[in-house]
Amino acid sequence: MSGKKNLTAKNMIVVRDLYKSFGKNHVLQGVNLEVRRGEDMVVIGGSGTGKSVLIKCIIGLIKPDDGAIYIDGEDITLYNEKKLNEMRKDFGMLFQFGALFDSMTVWENVGFGLKQHANLKDDEIREIATQKLNLVGLNGINDLMPSELSGGMKKRVGLARAIAMAPEILLYDEPTTGLDPIMADVINELIIQLREKLKVTSIAITHDMVSAYKIGDRIAMLYNGKIIEVGTPDEIRNSKSEIVQQFILGRSEGPITREQKK
Amino acid sequence: MFKLFALLGLMVTGFIEETGRIIIFFLKTVICIFRPPLNLKNILQQIEEVGIKSIPVVVIMAIFTGMVLALQSYTGFRRFNAEAFVGTVVALSIVRELGPVLSGLMVSGRVGAGMAAELGTMQVTEQIDALYTLATNPVKYLIVPRFLASLVVMPILVVFSDIVGILGGYLVSVALLGTNPTIYAKRTWDYMELDDIYIGLLKAGIFGMIIAIISCYQGFYTQGGAEGVGKATTRAVVLSSLVILVSNYFITALMF
Repeated sequence: MSGKKNLTAKNMIVVRDLYKSFGKNHVLQGVNLEVRRGEDMVVIGGSGTGKSVLIKCIIGLIKPDDGAIYIDGEDITLYNEKKLNEMRKDFGMLFQFGALFDSMTVWENVGFGLKQHANLKDDEIREIATQKLNLVGLNGINDLMPSELSGGMKKRVGLARAIAMAPEILLYDEPTTGLDPIMADVINELIIQLREKLKVTSIAITHDMVSAYKIGDRIAMLYNGKIIEVGTPDEIRNSKSEIVQQFILGRSEGPITREQKK
Repeated sequence: MFKLFALLGLMVTGFIEETGRIIIFFLKTVICIFRPPLNLKNILQQIEEVGIKSIPVVVIMAIFTGMVLALQSYTGFRRFNAEAFVGTVVALSIVRELGPVLSGLMVSGRVGAGMAAELGTMQVTEQIDALYTLATNPVKYLIVPRFLASLVVMPILVVFSDIVGILGGYLVSVALLGTNPTIYAKRTWDYMELDDIYIGLLKAGIFGMIIAIISCYQGFYTQGGAEGVGKATTRAVVLSSLVILVSNYFITALMF
C-alpha cells in the first residue's frame, strides 16, 4: 500500500510519510494512508499510538513535522491559518467526549457553525439545528444545557453539530468509547446512516473492534507510528500479522506487549 | 555548583521563552482585533463579566483604602503639623497609585482567575479544538472580547475607585478626625492636576491588557486535565499581579 504515488480523484484524503514528534516521543513515524471518496476508513491502534494526533493533523489542529496531507489533491500542510479555516468548513469532527460548548444550549451548539458562517436568522438556524438533532435521533432537547445530557446524548449532539454544515469529510475520535454497548451500537448505526444519506468520506479512530468491523469499509492499523496494515474488515480479521491478530483479539500476550516490555 | 548554574540557565531561558510566547499571543490578539467583524455579543457579555460584576469588590476595596489612608496620613502629618494636607495626599495616592494598582490586583484575582479557569477547561475538554474544527478562530472568538472588555472596563473601574476612595478619605477626615469639610475638599481639588488622572487611567488600561492577556494565555495553553486548570488559574493570578506591580513602577518612572 505505502509508497504508491496514487493521487487520482478516487482518493479524497492521502497522507504521505507523515512525521510528528512531541519532544522525545516520536508519535508518527512515516504514516501513509489513502482514504477513498465516500468510504469509511477506521484507524485502529492502542491507546497512545497517535491515532488522535493523526486525525488532528488531517484537520490541521496539529502541524506535522514532515510529510504531506492531500485533501482532494491539495497539500494542506502548506496552508496558512486562513486557508485552513476555509478548508475546515468542509469538515466535521466528532470529539471523544463531544466537546460541546458548555456555555450554550444544545441547539446553539449545533447551530454554532451556521451562526458564524451562514448568513441566517436565529429562527432559521434553530430550525436546521432541530432537523440535524432529529437526524441523530434526538427530540425536544433543544434548550437543554450540555451538562444536563448523558454521555451518549452528548456524543449525538456532537455528531449533529459536526454535520450541521453539511461537510464532505467527517472525522470521528473514538465515537463509541465510554458508552454502553447499546448506545455504542446506536452511534455505529448513525455513522453508517450518515455515510449513506450524506455521502461523506470519513475517518474514525477507535480501539473498539465491534465498532470497527461494523462501520469500517476498510480498516487500517496504526502501530509504532506507522500504518502496518490496511484492508477490509474481513482481510483484517484474517490478517497474517501477529501484531494485528493480537490487537483485534485483544490478547495480553503477543508481539505488542513484548515490544513494550523491552 | 555546576548544577546550580545549569538550573539558573534553564530558568532564564524558560522565562525568556514564556515571555516571548505571551508577546506572540498578544500580537495575535491585536491582529485579530483589526480583522472585522467583531463579535459584539461576546464583547458585551465580557464587559458585564469583567466590569459590572467587579464594581462591588472595587468599590469596597476603594472606600476602605481611602479611609485607612486618611487615618494613616493624619497620624504621620500631625507630627509636623501638616494635618491640613491629608486630603491632598489621599487624593493623589489614590488617583495616581492605589486606585489603578489595587483595582488591577482585585480584578486579576476575580476576573483573571475566571478567564484562566474557563479557557483552561475549554482547552482540556477540547472545546477550543472544536472551535477550530467549526472554522472559527478561537483567538478572535474567545480572546479578543476578553481583551477589549478588560481594556475598556479597567479605566472605568478606576474612575469609580478614585471617586469612592477620595470619598472614603473625606468621610474619615470630616466625621472622625474633625477636619473642616470645605478646606478638605479645597485641598483635594487645588493640588490635583489632570495629569494625575491621566496617568492613573493609562495605568488602568495597561493593567487591563496585562490581566486579559496573561490570564487568557494561561487558560488557552492549559495542559493536563483538572490539575492543569488549577495550575493555570494560580499562574494567571500570580503572574498578572506581579506584572502589574512591576510595570506600575516603570510606568510611573517613565512619566515622572
